Amino acid sequence: MADFLLELLSEEIPARMQAKARNDLARWFAELMAAGGLTHGAIETYSTPRRLVLIARDVADATVASREELKGPRANAPEQALEGFLRKTGLTRDQLEQRDGVYFAVIARDGRAAAEVLAETIKRIVAEFPWPKSMRWADGTQRWVRPLHGVVAMLGEDIVPVEIDGIASGATTAGHRFHHPGAITVGGASDYIEKLRACHVIVDQAEREALIRDGAAKAAADAGLTLLPDEGLVVENAGLTEWPVPLVGRFDDDFLDVPREVIVLTMRTNQKYFACTASDGGLAPGFVCVANIAANDGGQAIAQGNARVLAARLADARFFWEQDVKVPLESQAKKLDGIVFHEKLGTVADKVDRVARLARWLVKDGIVKGANPDQVERAARLAKADLVTGMVGEFPELQGVIGGYLAAAQGEPKAVAEAIRDHYKPVGQGDEAPTAPVTVAVALADKLDSICQFFVEGIIPTGSKDPFALRRQALGALAIIIRNDLRLSIGDVLALEMGSGAGLRAGKKPSKVDEALTARSLDLISKLQLLLDFLTERLKVQQRDAGVRHDIIDAVFALGEEHDIVRLLARVNALQAFVETADGTNLLVAYKRAANILKKEKWEEARRQAQGERSGVEAEEAALAAALDAAEPTASAAIDQEDFTGAMAALASLRVPIDTFFDKVTVNDADPAKRERRLNLLLRFRDAVNRVADFSRIES
Amino acid sequence: MSLSFQDLILTLQQYWGGHGCVLLQPYDMEMGAGTFHPATVLRALGPDPWKCAYVQPCRRPTDGRYGENPNRLGAYYQFQVVLKPSPDDLQDLYLGSLTAIGIDPLKHDIRFVEDDWESPTLGAWGLGWEVWCDGMEVTQFTYFQQVGGFECKPVTGELTYGLERLAMYIQGVDNVFDLRFNDAGVTYGDVFRENEVEMSAYNFEVADTEALFDLFKKAAAECERCLAAKLPIPAYEQAIKASHVFNTLQARGVISVAERQAYIGRVRDLAKAACAAWLERAGG
Repeated sequence: MADFLLELLSEEIPARMQAKARNDLARWFAELMAAGGLTHGAIETYSTPRRLVLIARDVADATVASREELKGPRANAPEQALEGFLRKTGLTRDQLEQRDGVYFAVIARDGRAAAEVLAETIKRIVAEFPWPKSMRWADGTQRWVRPLHGVVAMLGEDIVPVEIDGIASGATTAGHRFHHPGAITVGGASDYIEKLRACHVIVDQAEREALIRDGAAKAAADAGLTLLPDEGLVVENAGLTEWPVPLVGRFDDDFLDVPREVIVLTMRTNQKYFACTASDGGLAPGFVCVANIAANDGGQAIAQGNARVLAARLADARFFWEQDVKVPLESQAKKLDGIVFHEKLGTVADKVDRVARLARWLVKDGIVKGANPDQVERAARLAKADLVTGMVGEFPELQGVIGGYLAAAQGEPKAVAEAIRDHYKPVGQGDEAPTAPVTVAVALADKLDSICQFFVEGIIPTGSKDPFALRRQALGALAIIIRNDLRLSIGDVLALEMGSGAGLRAGKKPSKVDEALTARSLDLISKLQLLLDFLTERLKVQQRDAGVRHDIIDAVFALGEEHDIVRLLARVNALQAFVETADGTNLLVAYKRAANILKKEKWEEARRQAQGERSGVEAEEAALAAALDAAEPTASAAIDQEDFTGAMAALASLRVPIDTFFDKVTVNDADPAKRERRLNLLLRFRDAVNRVADFSRIES
Repeated sequence: MSLSFQDLILTLQQYWGGHGCVLLQPYDMEMGAGTFHPATVLRALGPDPWKCAYVQPCRRPTDGRYGENPNRLGAYYQFQVVLKPSPDDLQDLYLGSLTAIGIDPLKHDIRFVEDDWESPTLGAWGLGWEVWCDGMEVTQFTYFQQVGGFECKPVTGELTYGLERLAMYIQGVDNVFDLRFNDAGVTYGDVFRENEVEMSAYNFEVADTEALFDLFKKAAAECERCLAAKLPIPAYEQAIKASHVFNTLQARGVISVAERQAYIGRVRDLAKAACAAWLERAGG
């Protein structure tokens, strides 16, 4: 056994592709080795900007020789049977053995040398590597992410000979592009990492990431700054450097007038710098960049150069900012009729009209409380205005944020500016749903409008297709509804949206009002069902992600007919809490037992009792009936008052009577009257429980 | 003393001329990037080897800032190098050119940062990087994969140096107009500031949009006449002309978002047809 080393040396691999490439390399290698029958131990993969590396421990010297015997047709069987057997085994007739009038195929495989299997594996990895984008170069036909220059393939200390598009494998590679430009020879997996380290290449990305993470924080601290941690930047910089050296640079205080997000984004996206804060928590006029060399002047020129580049970028950003501040958002909003929102849904200006109307309705109808309706309408009308500013043109990801800053700078009330800033929120997992009333109204209206309008037009997400991110919008709307305990009927929203949609969109005006109204209300019903199903599905996803057991979710959702999201969730939460109590667990056991008996007896509905229905009533039977008499109305009343914990408590009161009932009472009594009565009682118990939640869906 | 703007150009020419490149002069037409030069676009197609280098003045009407922005210009220079087939040591050759203009790679941080290149108007794309020097993009480095919708076989390696930026870097100047153009006291601003002011006014305010729309139509029609006459080079020139007219119309703000795609598509069709005609004649 020996350790295997593979290094694929190329021109610079994009940083964002490296993590996936490492995983693909490990997986692909393991698969091909398994298929080739060559055993190996642990696999490690590494990447630097110029190399993709795999080390497999304890690779066997050869594959195991094998002998396999397959029984075929009888010698006197029809010709087709023999032909089929030959096809299956890939042998010819004279290679078969005949024993006792039966054909046998003996397939012997010799053990193959490890180098042979490895060479094939390398060839296939390079030929079929799943790069997101690959290219050709020079006059060859080989494809790789960027031109491939070298292959180091060594098993132990021996080179594994393989040739890829004119590149012969060997033991030679290159060190750091500038510190050690010449060729270096490695002895194998055993010294590869240390040899390269001596040539200014840190092979292990995790080590480079740690150097950047800690080094950047330290460099900032040494300069009296606090680094804003950014793990994405750590990984990206590690993918851009073989010898990372964090350096601190400064920029002019004057630029701090530009919105903080713009500065941070410019540094992060355009320059891959870490931002820093000062002791007061505000942004500091400093940054940390990561160089790829230990510069001969200690990094002074690099830090200065980077500072100059940043200054030019910030000057540009400031230019846009100053231009944008001069134009009132209200005038910018007028230009929105020139931007198509969607060919079937009109312009952004049309959307703004709808959102303004819906947001105002949310407040007027008392769904969103505590918001000034005029502020809501104002915020909704200005919310999209920043789309036509120079700033958002340069930094599209700052839509909303820029609008918020501009609104504040132009003297809009704080609530309006905040609503403009936050109306896209929440944008994803982990993003907080807004709670400020004006923001809630605008943010919810914006999302509901998009969802409803697209559904009305029949543009509904299917499978992996969701080009307008309606699923994300739905999750956002649900998060806002849940976070703020909003009670609204989706049906009302859709009716309003369809009404306003018809009025606001050209070419949609009904010719005959009556006919159109009938058609529309029919259409509304079918669209509403689709929309409710869609939202329900999203809600399940959202609850699963929030850690609620999926069977609990199912148990509540199976009841159907509940379209108030807040109420649904209250029930889910109460149920989750209940099944985790001893009462809940035991009640569930009893429920399952009852349900099983009913199922076995095919007792789907109560049957009318014959005579003697009150004869031979056991005390436990009577006690259960009495408990149900008490629990049923209590549970119903609690549900009506949305007191789901109360409803669960009512169920809990059934636990002792049902348990003793099962202990003491024989359901399948010889007397059919008793049997029927007891089965009816169990049915009643099951149905009482099911009114609170469908317990059959809960896993024990 | 660091290189003046003109010495920077001379040094790059000297360097690439020394590596076997034909040194061309700028193409005498308005274009948005050095790539549009027929010595790049057309020569990237077909089987014949080709090495050349040239300075190309580029016009980007929408980037004009009336000479008031220290970093943005409506017209500037690119130094373009194309090598076909792309040599195996292209990166090293390129780094050699940086050393030639005085950039020490052990003092300055040179980086190859992913940047895939695509030109929708040329139906062209390639993979490569923007080359950073201390965080400043100084060169676009691309391996062409397709031009005019056709596979590039062999592959052309293209280097596009942004000359003003590179010079600002080398000279340590923060305002492009302060660049030393030569070593006799003439600045970039002396030569070009008035140009920037007037061209910005023309492109943003004065240019006759009616006439430009008409010009676009005429260039497209002329391109098609040339194609019919099996003259790929003049046909391609008309495609370049249409492309520039489109850029000016954009700067005047008279092309809507929806129309924009249609115009780009029209230019691409012309460029592709010219490329097809060129390939047909070159027997590629």
